[in-house]
Amino acid sequence: MEALDGNAIGGMLYHVFGGEMTMAQAKCGHCRARGPLAECEVYLGGPGVVVRCRGCHNVVMVLVEVREMTCVDLGGLSELELPARR
Amino acid sequence: MAGAAVLGGLTWRVATVTAVVDETPRVRSLELEVPGWPGHAAGQHVDVRLTAEDGYRAERAYSLASAPGEPPAITVERLEDGEVSPYLTEDVRPGDALAVRGPIGGYFVWRPDDGGPLFLAAGGSGVAPMRAILRYRRNSMSDVRARLLYSSRTLEDVIYRAELDREEVVHTLTRAQPPGWTGYARRVDADLLREVAWPAEDDPLAFVCGPTSFVESVAAGLVELGYATGRIKTERFGATGGP
Repeated sequence: MEALDGNAIGGMLYHVFGGEMTMAQAKCGHCRARGPLAECEVYLGGPGVVVRCRGCHNVVMVLVEVREMTCVDLGGLSELELPARR
Repeated sequence: MAGAAVLGGLTWRVATVTAVVDETPRVRSLELEVPGWPGHAAGQHVDVRLTAEDGYRAERAYSLASAPGEPPAITVERLEDGEVSPYLTEDVRPGDALAVRGPIGGYFVWRPDDGGPLFLAAGGSGVAPMRAILRYRRNSMSDVRARLLYSSRTLEDVIYRAELDREEVVHTLTRAQPPGWTGYARRVDADLLREVAWPAEDDPLAFVCGPTSFVESVAAGLVELGYATGRIKTERFGATGGP
């Protein structure tokens, strides 16, 4: 399966977090690299969405939509800094 | 804008298709009318949702191909095994309704204040957000220099060909070239980028959009040329079988 990037789930993230999230700064819990969610690797083909660190490929986020509910696992992230809302 | 957006969330709206434009044999643009559309930035996208009679839903993201201030428009490439694109490129007619949500995205966005010079690199239908950026640059009378490197399979596959003739565009045709073609005829590589991209000393701002493999190789090539990683914005849409 080919990796996309965080832009592809901008709508889903907006829906979950209530705002624009592609510019949110994510810090990987494994390698500590930090960058915008837009630059993370995103895999869409499975039953859920898997977001990985582009540097070390650690899973930083998993999102699963079940009916109208979205379950979010942020266990692989050490920090998530929301972008300034304007 | 975001204050209202936070309260209101990102809702699905009903868009009406106002026009259908055949761009190439496999690509169509759909112009949309969306009541309550809040306006969009150049480079943003929308999600389109189709619902089958049995309730099965499929959603895909499509870049907005129109400039800020213009009605939203998307450009869709037909993927033979696609769940959404065959309907959007073959069945949709003016007057039909689609569920859309957006505009979405803040990373792959250009505003005139962001400056340049702009180096845009597009593979196939990855040219859609580049049209929004180039139109916005023109409409806003920005003096930022902009150059587009555009990789297509064949000349017939070049999207927005007439409109792009007014811009500074370098084409490469990766699969077949017409007789007498003097342009590039290969996939984008480091040598090609060295010849076409603005020199790194100009502190260019790069936007790269296309299939994943195209984006990876262009972004790596630009880093090799000395582009600052924070000045390279990337957007991948997966495999399409080309360009």
